[in-house]
Amino acid sequence: MLLNTGWRIILLLFLLVLAVTGCAPQESEPSGSELSGSFKIIGSNTVTPLTALWAEEFMKMNPKVNIAVSGPGSGVGIASLINGTTDIAQASREMKAKEYEQATNQGVNPYEIQVATDALSVIVHPSNPISELTISQLSAIFTNEITNWKEVGGSDAPIVAISRDTNSGTHVFFKEHVVQMKGLDTENKELEYGQKVLFLPSTEGGVTEVVNNPNAVFYPGLGYLTDEVKPLAIKKTADDPGVLPSVATALDGTYPVARPLLYYTNGEPAGVIKEFVDYCLSPDGQAKAIEVGYVPLQ
Amino acid sequence: MSLKRRWRFREKAIESFIFLNGLLAVIILLGVLFLLLREGLPAFAYTSPLKFFFGTQWYPVSEPPTFGMLSFFAATLWVTLISTAVAVPIGVGCAAYLAEVAPSRVRETVKPVVELLAGIPSVVMGFIGLMLLSPLVQSAFNLNTGLSGLTAAIMLSMMSLPIIVSVSEDALRAVPNEFREASYALGATKWETIRHVCIPGALSGITAAIMLGVGRAIGETMTVLMVAGGALAVPLSPTEPMMPMTAAIASGIGNAVRGGLQYQALFAIGLILFLMTLSVNLIADRVLERQKQKFAR
Repeated sequence: MLLNTGWRIILLLFLLVLAVTGCAPQESEPSGSELSGSFKIIGSNTVTPLTALWAEEFMKMNPKVNIAVSGPGSGVGIASLINGTTDIAQASREMKAKEYEQATNQGVNPYEIQVATDALSVIVHPSNPISELTISQLSAIFTNEITNWKEVGGSDAPIVAISRDTNSGTHVFFKEHVVQMKGLDTENKELEYGQKVLFLPSTEGGVTEVVNNPNAVFYPGLGYLTDEVKPLAIKKTADDPGVLPSVATALDGTYPVARPLLYYTNGEPAGVIKEFVDYCLSPDGQAKAIEVGYVPLQ
Repeated sequence: MSLKRRWRFREKAIESFIFLNGLLAVIILLGVLFLLLREGLPAFAYTSPLKFFFGTQWYPVSEPPTFGMLSFFAATLWVTLISTAVAVPIGVGCAAYLAEVAPSRVRETVKPVVELLAGIPSVVMGFIGLMLLSPLVQSAFNLNTGLSGLTAAIMLSMMSLPIIVSVSEDALRAVPNEFREASYALGATKWETIRHVCIPGALSGITAAIMLGVGRAIGETMTVLMVAGGALAVPLSPTEPMMPMTAAIASGIGNAVRGGLQYQALFAIGLILFLMTLSVNLIADRVLERQKQKFAR
């Protein structure tokens, strides 16, 4: 039986190879477009849905271009750029000074392009009575200083705080701007995520847990908002009004946890990569960003 | 004559091919060990081995980074112990049923199905754990979150069951029929025969099956990464969210720049993981050896 299965798999692989090689001549047929080539985009899980959409549209317009997109996390993207294993690193945070230094040591010259903006939404289960939190309350939640919803005015239930893992740009951005309260009077660079915080490998995993768990709180990008979760209004300090995350509030700067979404290339982009970046930044590409829930540049 | 010589040549060729294969396995093993040592040992220049192993803080992207892996080690122990405790009795029992009790028609349908289960990709098992098992565990044990070591352990036991069942069943079936007949002739019941004759007789195979299962539980990465919860605190109970060593490596290796501190620290975890599996195998070998001596005539 095992042998049989093995042979079946080999046969399947063989057929697959046949199918692929059968397709090959089709690819080399001349088409209208001059543009051809293939390149890789690795990085932020947050930016991935947007990049994937842009890549699809771009490949539709230029059938001879092949773009591979993957989203294990901003840190992975930047590390891949430094290691020379990707053409574009997509990132939801800026490169750190140390990463620039590592890049220079490897002979890589990172070139930064902002392609969109993102509002980091803090989400809870729809049944959660809480509707707004201040940044310092969020900081206390994610450092495990506050562990029960009643301490912030909710019901008597434990808080399950969920974060992305250390690969993620969102992890780093949220740590700096919310956990450590960057730019506020209470800023404290010593603060770290608490030991009880759950670290999950993907944004989807965190959203799934919030959908299933009435006590969970998580921070995905605006693009991951659905009807099954409830975004919280964020107050910069207790005296400021609560602001809900949206394209409008991110654009006018009233939403306090907005951030740039970036592409990094090795040196200024050229050739087909430049064409792709130009498309992303074009009015057409930026309109696509709004469609999938991201904030355009203007 | 020439035919004979040709046969001899073929024999020699096959022999050396097999020898080279064996050699290759040894070379690969040494290569892996060498790589782990080369990339992992420098981590101990930054954090002393004691601090690395018994430290409970793991903040690789902070300034300055701290590396302490006790919580990962504890998580791996919890997950492995529980999944083994669940999978071994069920797996060996199932194998004994299939080999000794079940009519051949049942065996011939059940065994291939069980073996097919082994082929389910771990990421799919992770998904099932995330969507189905984790809410179930959460409500059954009244937990804050179903993403816990226990959920991961249950998924892992399901993943190692097919291997344990299949390999143990083969081992039980290899026990010569004369043994069973002799046992029955002495008036033993079916249960006594299975317990005192078949299982001891097949023990080396069953141990191998258990080792394969434990190995899968220690080394499995994707599922534990998805459902164990990934909290950094040292888990004192299996129902807490935790991050086993493999999950820690998988979630960290992506953004670790080659040769950087985090990279070295993750390789050091890999080295410890390697030593753990090695010692499990060595212990299994000892157990087998002792068992063989006990049965030696």
